[in-house]
Amino acid sequence: MKTELSPRAKVLVYGTMCVLLIPFVFPTWWMVTSSFKPVSDIFAFPPQLIPRSFDFTTYGQVFTLQPFAKQYWNSAYIAAVVTAGTMGISSMAGYAFARIRFPFANAIFMVVLLGLLIPSEVTIVPLFQLFLKLGMVNTHWPLILVPIFGAPSVFATFVMRQFFISLPVELEEAARVDGLSRFKIFTRIALPLARPALASVAIFTFLHSWNLYLEPIVFLSSADKFTLPQALTQFTDAYGGPMWNIQLAAATLTALPVLIVFIIAQKHFVEGLAHTGLKG
Amino acid sequence: MSAGHKTQFWTIARRDSAAGYLFIAPQLAGIVTFVLLPLCLVFWYSLHEWNVLANTFNYTGAQNYRMLLEDPSLPAVLGSTALFSLGLVVLNMSLALLLAVLLNQKLRGIAVFRTLFFSPVVVSLVAWTIVWGFLLQKNGGINGMLLFLGIEGPNWLREPVTAMISVIVVQVFKNVGLNMILFLAALQSVPNELYEAARIDGAPPFKQFRRITLPMISPTILLTSIITIVGSLQVFAQIAVLTQGGPGVSTTVLVYYLYQQAFQFHFFGYGSTLSILLFVIVACLTFAQWQLRKRIVFYEN
Repeated sequence: MKTELSPRAKVLVYGTMCVLLIPFVFPTWWMVTSSFKPVSDIFAFPPQLIPRSFDFTTYGQVFTLQPFAKQYWNSAYIAAVVTAGTMGISSMAGYAFARIRFPFANAIFMVVLLGLLIPSEVTIVPLFQLFLKLGMVNTHWPLILVPIFGAPSVFATFVMRQFFISLPVELEEAARVDGLSRFKIFTRIALPLARPALASVAIFTFLHSWNLYLEPIVFLSSADKFTLPQALTQFTDAYGGPMWNIQLAAATLTALPVLIVFIIAQKHFVEGLAHTGLKG
Repeated sequence: MSAGHKTQFWTIARRDSAAGYLFIAPQLAGIVTFVLLPLCLVFWYSLHEWNVLANTFNYTGAQNYRMLLEDPSLPAVLGSTALFSLGLVVLNMSLALLLAVLLNQKLRGIAVFRTLFFSPVVVSLVAWTIVWGFLLQKNGGINGMLLFLGIEGPNWLREPVTAMISVIVVQVFKNVGLNMILFLAALQSVPNELYEAARIDGAPPFKQFRRITLPMISPTILLTSIITIVGSLQVFAQIAVLTQGGPGVSTTVLVYYLYQQAFQFHFFGYGSTLSILLFVIVACLTFAQWQLRKRIVFYEN
């Protein structure tokens, strides 16, 4: 399988890949280019692969029809807090489950792993009631607290535990002999070594929070509280029909920054997500 | 408390235990509050007739479960769910394998292809879904392309069969990159000597693939299949944005039906019963995956 391919086979492989690429790459291209098209051109036939003119007014409308800047901030800060919080909570828990001996550690680990068995869709009804009682409906608290402490962070804990188990224990033993406390060993020795695992956790936690959809539409009801995925679907005309070019402009603003970060750091993304982000 | 007493009580083992509990405390408290307690509550709710609008909350025992069995929509919903999950897993696995085999070739620029095939994974889910919704309109981009070839395309999202195909395909292209990378890693871990031996025996490439590659990576395929099915049972945004479960209930998968019953029709009791159903299905699949993984790890060792 690893031999040099014949020139004919090479052409075949390149050709197949280029054809297969279309449904992967074309939608993103179509999203960006259509967002610059005036409404009259958006369903034009023949389809315009490159827009005839660049119309930036749609981008202005994105910000006037919805509090889009506020919604952007909501998504960004929630994702940032959730990512930082998850990294903290799950690296600590993962470290303890991997390294520290304490009574019932295995039993507790099993309880924590139950989080993997119970997708958040299952518990959405009682969670809604819970946050209703706490007066936190139509606030960002449910979107922050549940991912950091609840089921979504269990996967991160599992990843961190696997990483710390693979770390040679000798590195820490010297520090223990010197009388360093557990907390110091964790923050000064173990955590700096865990950077690759932390990067994976950060990437998939951020993407998970950034893409959250069911939770925002269940918990949030006022436009200035909305997150981006929810806001994108709100650009509709008086009849409830989507205003396509404006939706696409908003979608472009949502997707492009992450895509650019991905292209810059693609090796981390691919490896990080493939090793850990085993999600459908 | 005197210093001497302190050193006696706080032995290294005790200090370690205390540290261990402190380290896991936030996570454990979170699981209890946001997972285990809600799971008990969802079961408790499922035993009640609960309509928020009418403000009724009455214990009705197993009545919601009887309703589940008699619900005229449920067979269709479970059918859509099964069709969606099966279609998704078959298409996802085959495409991921094909892409992994192609990317496993020693060719110039292969890393660029890998990046591009992977890129939809990082595109915002709803943004991706909106573009596809736009492309799949009656007069949208896909039918425009088809018209070039002289084919008049259907109104993809408005007819039961094409709507189901659409939601599956949109989801496959979004996430197949993850499985592609897993398969690529599996392919690269197949020992080269096996292929060399086969070549000496004169086995053609297709036979090598069937007799060596497939058996060697079948554990990965099996595990990823289950993970993909579990993931497919949680698909919500794509359905909500593309079809709202329609036309009829043709794309109403279980999660979407649960959302409708609980948050659109305000039947929290029945919605909770549907949650229990979803939980049982996901738990069985995840459990099967763990068992399988244990056996495979054992087998590999």
